[in-house]
Amino acid sequence: MAYGYGGSDLLKDVSLTLAPGSFYFLTGPSGSGKTTFLKLCYRDLLATSGKVSILGQDARLMERDDVALLRRRIGVVHQDCQFLDHLSVAENVGLPLTVSGRAEEAENLEELLSWVGLSDHANALPPELSGGERQRVALARAVIMSPDVVIADEPTGNVDWDMSLRLLSLLVELNRMGKTILIATHDLNLIRAAKAQVTTRVLRISNKTLQAAGADL
Amino acid sequence: MKAVLRYIARLLGFESSADRIVPPTGFTAQLTLFTAGAMAFLAVFALALSLATGRLADRWASELAMTATVRIAAPVGQMNAQTAAALKVLETTPGVASARALDTAEERALLAPWFGPDLPLDTLPIPQLIEVVETSEGYDAQGLRLRLSAEAPGAILDDHTRWRKPLVRAATRLRGLGFLSILLIGAATGAMITLAANAALAANAQVIRVMRLVGAEDAYIAGAFVRRFTLRALLGAAIGTAIAMIAIAFLPSAGGQGSFLTGLGFKGAHWLWPLLIPLLAASVAFAATRLAARRTLRGLM
Repeated sequence: MAYGYGGSDLLKDVSLTLAPGSFYFLTGPSGSGKTTFLKLCYRDLLATSGKVSILGQDARLMERDDVALLRRRIGVVHQDCQFLDHLSVAENVGLPLTVSGRAEEAENLEELLSWVGLSDHANALPPELSGGERQRVALARAVIMSPDVVIADEPTGNVDWDMSLRLLSLLVELNRMGKTILIATHDLNLIRAAKAQVTTRVLRISNKTLQAAGADL
Repeated sequence: MKAVLRYIARLLGFESSADRIVPPTGFTAQLTLFTAGAMAFLAVFALALSLATGRLADRWASELAMTATVRIAAPVGQMNAQTAAALKVLETTPGVASARALDTAEERALLAPWFGPDLPLDTLPIPQLIEVVETSEGYDAQGLRLRLSAEAPGAILDDHTRWRKPLVRAATRLRGLGFLSILLIGAATGAMITLAANAALAANAQVIRVMRLVGAEDAYIAGAFVRRFTLRALLGAAIGTAIAMIAIAFLPSAGGQGSFLTGLGFKGAHWLWPLLIPLLAASVAFAATRLAARRTLRGLM
């Protein structure tokens, strides 16, 4: 699989399969294509050549509504969170349920908010939150549909170390519940901290391609 | 069928949580309301014009269709003789149902609007008028003219169709123009709603992107916008229609015989026609917004 624009490849000769239920880290220098690779995984981008198969479906052959249904099975923590700023935290977390016509299943919304430690902020608006709080809201929204896969793009990008560990433990907990986790980060300390808790696999982007890094860092 | 019902329920706003997702936009909302209202107001008047001219054309066509007039201008001494001769000719003409000479009182009544009621008719050389009623088969106008000129040289046959036809044609054309205006108003409403919807879609690009990222299907995203604009158009057009209908109901009457101006308005069941305008406006808004939303969504991954 390859992806590029303007005639030059950003990623090329990428060939791998993510194993269900595993905990993956994606690392590499900034600008190397980590976010691009994640977008290919939740079909926000289409590979320019080669074949991408997501949860058993050929990405290129998916209809628009197939993509919508796919995204209900893949929870994504975006780098810039992507909230609706005029809706409260609770409504933002419940948004995937609302748009899929399952708003009545929001009973575990409160539980989820207390799991990420934001019960007190349920009625706040996203712009009123700190960076770490926003990341946790994004994580709560990513998992509310109880997806098969959770993808997080630099979830600890603008939070302090304690908060990073807290977010990591939430992700580890999800992995123990059987979810496939894929985290893009350039924070090697975070990867080391994760290795102490769970079996992780590290993918590294270098020379425009993706390689499984060795067990040691 | 169930899906249709659910869609209608959603359209009517029973599922209000979806509507909160698109942030409210006060100013464009009011513009859409105003545009729909103004267009509906104009449409009601175009409709009134069409229906009124339609009635006028029908009336001219039916009231004047079966009648003709024979006018006799003769020296005073010969008037009675020529009138009798003309009546005799008319009675023996196939296609003429009846012929009757108007008496002095009737002629005075006809002239009163122009000369006043006190006209000394007997001192003036007023032509004698004979009212001719045709049978449904009609008569041969050319033959009748020839026979009349032989028997009563002062008699002239006035066939109403000669001036009625262009009037009816004009009224029919006016009715056509009225309906064309309604079509143009509908198209302009659609165009303006499309512009407003495109502006709203562009302003809410981020909202649409987020909804798409969390797994909203196209129909759901489009529905949020379609519902909003359809309801606005429906409400605006209902207000515009109501105001226009009140204005027409209280149009000052010029009194007397239904002239063209006093005829402008709705009669009887015709009052139901303008009630269709809000529904039409809502349908136009529905189609226009749906098209615009689908087009915008197709541009997203």
